Amino acid sequence: MRLVLRETMLAFRRAPLLSTLSISTIAFSLFVFGLFGLVAVNIHAAIGTVAERVEVVAYLRRGTPIEATTLGASDIQAFPEVQSVEYVSEALALARARRELPEFQDIFQDLEVNPLPASLEVRLKPQDRNAATAAAVADRLKGFAFVEDVRFGNDWVQKLDRLRTIATAAGTAIGAAFALVAIIIIGNTIRMAVLHRSREIAIMRLVGATDGFIRRPFLLEGLTKGLLGGLLALALSYGAFRLVGSIYHASVFFTAAEGAAGVAAGGLLGLVGSLLSVGRHLRSV
Amino acid sequence: MIKFLNVTKEYPKTGAALKDVSFHVPKGEFAFLTGHSGAGKTTALRLIYMAERPSSGEVRVSGFSASRIGGREVPRLRRRLGIVFQDFQLLEDRTAEENVAFALEVTGARRSTIGPRVMRVLTQVGLAGKAHQYPRELSGGEQQRVAIARALVNDPVVLLADEPTGNLDERATRGIFQLLRDINASGTAVLMATHDLDLVKSVPAHLVELQHGAVAYDSAEDAGGGASTP
Repeated sequence: MRLVLRETMLAFRRAPLLSTLSISTIAFSLFVFGLFGLVAVNIHAAIGTVAERVEVVAYLRRGTPIEATTLGASDIQAFPEVQSVEYVSEALALARARRELPEFQDIFQDLEVNPLPASLEVRLKPQDRNAATAAAVADRLKGFAFVEDVRFGNDWVQKLDRLRTIATAAGTAIGAAFALVAIIIIGNTIRMAVLHRSREIAIMRLVGATDGFIRRPFLLEGLTKGLLGGLLALALSYGAFRLVGSIYHASVFFTAAEGAAGVAAGGLLGLVGSLLSVGRHLRSV
Repeated sequence: MIKFLNVTKEYPKTGAALKDVSFHVPKGEFAFLTGHSGAGKTTALRLIYMAERPSSGEVRVSGFSASRIGGREVPRLRRRLGIVFQDFQLLEDRTAEENVAFALEVTGARRSTIGPRVMRVLTQVGLAGKAHQYPRELSGGEQQRVAIARALVNDPVVLLADEPTGNLDERATRGIFQLLRDINASGTAVLMATHDLDLVKSVPAHLVELQHGAVAYDSAEDAGGGASTP
């Protein structure tokens, strides 16, 4: 193991330019992918923010006793798709309307009776904030006797669904293309490092080195380069994020787990790339 | 110890490189493999260190058989052989000492034993004083001595030399040849492929001559099957 470490270190020291070149190539390929990832993460976050406003509102019949409402609310709370149920009394509805719709201030001031019904505001769990689920929940709410009408903004929820589908499809396609380009570039970079040392490999074989022995330093080298490239890419992505964040506010960065996964992916690419190119080289000589 | 039995080696594009070749190099012998370039000398050596397998016939080397050896055993065979080339095949970015040590390291030799063994063979080839020099700082003859030291460091049963003097001037050639003779005198078999007939004639030794891939002359056959030892 010590020999493998030493040989790996030697490889870096003997070809510093090639090593730097391959680390930065890996870093920039992953960085491009990281930038795309940032855009995707932010679009996802933005859609999520909009989706928070998906709620199903059940307007209650006048004169429904509060006990019936409370009982019904706890039934609704038990729906698997439902995150929370909030009771909005007639008085609260009016207070909200006064606050949120100042242009109708005069009308509200002159009211003798409150025209606004009480309601149950039903919020869905994050993964269920789509048109189909909202419609299904709305249908079930209509089944309650004390519910007069149900609204959930069918149109815009459907638009949100469409937006989400497009973002996911485009994201997957573009992401796959970027990932493929990164893999090809990284693979070739590592192949170059292997070819650079083909003479050494040939000599190792002549003096009786096993394929496993020959392979190990290359694998460690590939893994190290991949991890370093991944770290560098993460740093570059963060720099880009700060730069863009100073112009456009409220952007999100990768979570720690996503960042770690990115660096690990770099390492894995380096490792697998080395395994493939050394293997191919060993078979050909 | 090295035995060729009716060995034929054919390449898909260039045809037969060896045709029905049989010869035997016993333990401790000094043998020449001669012939013009393209006669099949290098192919024969590649068959011995099993970089190639015969198309037909049988190659046996130090208990290993080309028809039965598995890919994992080839490195074990090569550790019993020392191989020397015309172009030395040294690693340019390592010193003489590191080049020799490399051959021990890849076999997983214990670290504490590597240093003394490397110095012993470097002394044997007369290069103890240049252990820390890089190949580019050494003459052709000296580089070949490093290569020979590397071939010797694993205590091989046979030293294979493919035109070891092909790149050297006359003086260096004589020095290298004498070194190979000394190595042979201490018990290691030497099989030297060369087209330098002056060298071949200079000493009595087992001589196998190849022509167009076939054995044209074998001094052991000529002497009635017995092996001639120098």
